[in-house]
Amino acid sequence: MKLSLLPVATLLAAALAAPSALAQKKYDPGASDKEIKIGNINPYSGPASAYGTIGKVIGAYFKKINDEGGINGRKINFISVDDGYSPPKTVEMARKLVEQDEVLVLFQPLGTPPNSAIHKYMNAKKVPQLFVATGATKWNDPMNFPWTMGWQPNYQTEGMIYAQHILKTRPNAKIGILYQNDDYGKDYVKGFKDGLGAKASMIVKEVSYEVADPTVDSQIVQLQSAGADTLFNVTTPKFAAQAIRKAYDIGWNPLHYLNQVSASVGSVLTPAGLDKSVGLISTQYFKDPTDKAWANDAAMKEWTAFMKKYYPEGNLTDAFNVYGYMVSQTLVQVLKQAGDNLTRENVMKQAASLKNFELPMFLPGIRINTSATDFAPIEQEQLIRFDGKEWVRFGEILGK
Amino acid sequence: MDALIHQVLAGLATGGIYASVALALVMIYQATHLVNFAQGELAMFCTYLAWTLINAGFGYWPAFLLTVGLAFVLGVVIERVVIRPVENSPVLAVVVVFIGLLVILNSIAVWIYTGTIKTFPSPFPTEPLFGNKFMSSHEIGAIVVTLIMLLLLYAFFRFTPLGLAMRAAAQNPASAKLVGIRVGWMLALGWGLAAAIGAVAGMMVAPIVFLEPNMMGGILLYAFAAALVGGVDSPGGAVFGGFLVGVLENVLGAFVIGNELKLAVALVLIIGVLVVKPSGFFGKVHITRV
Repeated sequence: MKLSLLPVATLLAAALAAPSALAQKKYDPGASDKEIKIGNINPYSGPASAYGTIGKVIGAYFKKINDEGGINGRKINFISVDDGYSPPKTVEMARKLVEQDEVLVLFQPLGTPPNSAIHKYMNAKKVPQLFVATGATKWNDPMNFPWTMGWQPNYQTEGMIYAQHILKTRPNAKIGILYQNDDYGKDYVKGFKDGLGAKASMIVKEVSYEVADPTVDSQIVQLQSAGADTLFNVTTPKFAAQAIRKAYDIGWNPLHYLNQVSASVGSVLTPAGLDKSVGLISTQYFKDPTDKAWANDAAMKEWTAFMKKYYPEGNLTDAFNVYGYMVSQTLVQVLKQAGDNLTRENVMKQAASLKNFELPMFLPGIRINTSATDFAPIEQEQLIRFDGKEWVRFGEILGK
Repeated sequence: MDALIHQVLAGLATGGIYASVALALVMIYQATHLVNFAQGELAMFCTYLAWTLINAGFGYWPAFLLTVGLAFVLGVVIERVVIRPVENSPVLAVVVVFIGLLVILNSIAVWIYTGTIKTFPSPFPTEPLFGNKFMSSHEIGAIVVTLIMLLLLYAFFRFTPLGLAMRAAAQNPASAKLVGIRVGWMLALGWGLAAAIGAVAGMMVAPIVFLEPNMMGGILLYAFAAALVGGVDSPGGAVFGGFLVGVLENVLGAFVIGNELKLAVALVLIIGVLVVKPSGFFGKVHITRV
């Protein structure tokens, strides 16, 4: 029922929007006949500076768009600033971008703590905090925060996908959960339990750890002692590597689901030991530049060509550079849809009316869908299994 | 029952980590009567030096020995350059310097090596000893190394003239000076030794928790608890305290209070010991005649 109504609603929205857009150009601060000002906050310095490359690749992509004539004839003026992943600094930078530079939208500010710090401010100011670079689920709350929207699959979605897979393939699993005792960990666990639904009794033990804990060895032993044969591992890289190794050391071989946060071969599986990581299951939603299966893929070639021309110093094996490329393409689509009605309200409205929008670098079958009540653009992923050398995709696209 | 044994043994393994860092804390306390908050970061930084050497093509043991030597020099230099000027200042001023050192060393490590975790090699076999399913070979090896360090320290302070001179310089600087001991250099030596012990501890810890700039943060807190429980001036007590904290933390965390309160165990121990028995289990009770 809900599905069949959607096209009607879209048509209606389009019909209502079209005449006014044709009739006159409408602008909010940051937009004019010549340019669209887009603000961005990234950690170019500090503990999370590895993410800084995302801001750079976004800038490079907008340069490409400008070289090709801009969006509906308007050039993008991209203003990206550094907050060092420090929330107080993020507040300062957001105020600067909104009040001094007067940007039309704040695009892709990065990190859950930085975004949380400006969440209320952006909504009070009614400036879009669009496609934030974090997997927290709270960005999907159009009722209370109509000016904030996430982009990547959120933690609850991912947790739900693992639950779907367990229900389908291991209906009698005894599940143990290891999670970080904070919003991030609890988000995953909630999605996972929602996914299990009535079968949540399959969970035999849940244990948490604090970021200050030196190791998670004791927790792994607890899960093993509880008789779990399936492990849902919600940990950040260091603890993920410890958990993989400890399970191996004590001879415990559960079916091991590892959250995507720590699915990096280089910084998690290699330290833990590639031989100890065989059989791990995680998720993916876009084409990994290191995956040889895509070597001759047209979209991959296009991305590589773009990188070589506009961001030659960027790392061609770094998935963050694909991420920044895709999220920029999404914003360009939204701004194209907005046409000559470049008000902040219309930008949010267009961002909330993406229908079956596919990006070339997505895994085949994954689409962006948003609506006035659904501010979670990507809600599909595919499972991947580690074969000792690299992640291998398997099964169908999961999610909703 | 099996679960309990498992937790106790896992506790001993982490306890070994705390013990080795606690040993370095006690060392510096013995030499200077100060608790060095930067001890953990110093150890972390030295471990990165070792990692750099190994990556530059050195074998494990040459890199190990070279790092211990470098750490010793680094400790002496820090004492001479940074601590010396505030030597006669109030304790709080020195504490601030320690905290400054902590932040500086941490930032430099992030700056040079980034925050990505790195693998640090272990000198011990990768397969568990005797095929046991409780502790890895490295964990057992690290405990043995800690005990050897303890023995060496004991012998050094008990049987060598230099050790005696260092003890004298720390306990009664004025009298020590009068009998011809160069107190200033003894302090620097104490720093050097503590840094060297810390380096060994770091190199034993890193294969377990993985090498990253914040690897010592949590450990240092537990090591403080260990050192205090054992008696902050007793090396043997520190090692005992390390194992005790490791086991208590695991057993209480798994069966009694839950994992969320594990860190609180360390804090309760610190406060409890300071209130009930400030000298710890093995520390000397100091009485000053007025």
